[in-house]
Amino acid sequence: MSHEAATTAKRPAALPRLDVKSLAKSYGTGSKAKVIIEDLTFTVETGEVVCIVGPSGVGKTTLLKCLAGLQTATSGSAAIDGRVIDGPPREMALVFQDYNRSLMPWLTVRKNLLLPLRHLKLPAAELRERCDSALEAVGLTHAEHQYPWQLSGGMQQRVAIARALAYRPEILVMDEPFASVDAQTRFDLEDLCLKIRDDFNMTILVVTHDIDEAVYLSDRVVVLGSKPARVLKTIDLDLPRPRDQITTRSLPGFAQQRTEVLSLIKRPA
Amino acid sequence: MRKTLYLVLGIGTPVILILAWFAVSAGSTDTFFPPLSYILERFQALWLFAHFQSDILVSLLNLVIGFALASVIGVGLGFVLAMLPKVGEYLDPVIHFFRSIPPVALVPIFVALIGFGVEMRVTSIAMAAVFPTLIATVDGLRGVDSTLKDVSAVYRLSTREKVLGVYLPAAGPHIASGMQVSLQTAFVVMIASEMLGPAQGIGAMTLLAQQSFMIADMWSGILLLGVIGFAANMIFELGRRRLLAWYIGSRQLAKAS
Repeated sequence: MSHEAATTAKRPAALPRLDVKSLAKSYGTGSKAKVIIEDLTFTVETGEVVCIVGPSGVGKTTLLKCLAGLQTATSGSAAIDGRVIDGPPREMALVFQDYNRSLMPWLTVRKNLLLPLRHLKLPAAELRERCDSALEAVGLTHAEHQYPWQLSGGMQQRVAIARALAYRPEILVMDEPFASVDAQTRFDLEDLCLKIRDDFNMTILVVTHDIDEAVYLSDRVVVLGSKPARVLKTIDLDLPRPRDQITTRSLPGFAQQRTEVLSLIKRPA
Repeated sequence: MRKTLYLVLGIGTPVILILAWFAVSAGSTDTFFPPLSYILERFQALWLFAHFQSDILVSLLNLVIGFALASVIGVGLGFVLAMLPKVGEYLDPVIHFFRSIPPVALVPIFVALIGFGVEMRVTSIAMAAVFPTLIATVDGLRGVDSTLKDVSAVYRLSTREKVLGVYLPAAGPHIASGMQVSLQTAFVVMIASEMLGPAQGIGAMTLLAQQSFMIADMWSGILLLGVIGFAANMIFELGRRRLLAWYIGSRQLAKAS
């Protein structure tokens, strides 16, 4: 309530960047209908990092597919700048959960990055620059000529993230992107995520089941309950920026907000 | 070590068999099993290079054109059927009916329809060889990972990029296996189609030799067909290994770990 008031006061005329309104998704009809998402409403503003947390199998991936225009909502809507999403939006990139199935095994790492850029008709120098900087950001410059299947799971996921970065989306959506990488890489990628938000004023939406990660990354956490998926609570986080893996995580506020999120998820439905 | 052993056995076994054939058949007076030395003599006289242009080249050209047509039609039609599921479902029974007919049995139909010319031979080869590629293409495309399709959609790839850049390579291993079967079928039908109509081609020459009791000539024709079949498959395999190096590499890695 207070949050909505604050947002409206700050930007009275502007529409939210990403606006999800009473979104519902079910498969089948009538008595056989399986409701995956009951009623989701939340917004993401430009330059915000928002995490969606909730138990596994809650329908988070279905939600992302609706946002990415891969599936149509049964009712309600999702809109970018007031434009209802009815197909893959041009300003969005999605990092899939199944990293090992989302890369083209017949292309080298660099060519995987180049594939989505081809139809953008960019000059060769910019293509090169985008690939180089994306690979450098995820620390895979040395692997650019290797094939995805020659890399470890964590490295493959970093390739998928690099592909999204090279695409330079305005809205980056990631589905449990750091689940399969080791702790050190995970911290690096979380910080990379915050850095690109700052550098490009990117809007980032991350689905995760890691509550620490959600609290560390987010400006706002949307806590989902199951089944079917619904918003239990939207929590604004006000941990100071820039965030740091060690100092931020040891703040009293971090523990407090972590507990708040955790208690929502733990609470029997 | 093991690899060298297999290589030695792979090359050594046929060599030993040929030497054994040569030794055992030497001095044979059996009409049906002439000495290998005599067969080789006839081989040289017939194929190197008296009938090279008039028969070998003609057969090979039929094979290559027929196989190429089968591949293009098989992959093209496969794409249409896989991308338009309704059409695919509708045509599925028809395709499976035609592919159940032994390829060689199709030849008389084409003789009746087209006559005895080269067109009949190429058409027979192409029509018989199209089915393995067609069915493998449809299977391969239906099996393309849904995540790859989602990725293509999210990154807004054009239809052309999706077809040539994602679906074709993703179905590539399947298509290649289908084409390999098509090649064998094409080879069989190449010979079968020459058994009717003008006596031109390796198959026709071999049949003619058998019918006129020139047994050594017949053997030399069979020998030539063996060599050509082996070579065709080897060329195909080399191409496949080159184009699908990524697939072969990933499979080997998956097996090793």
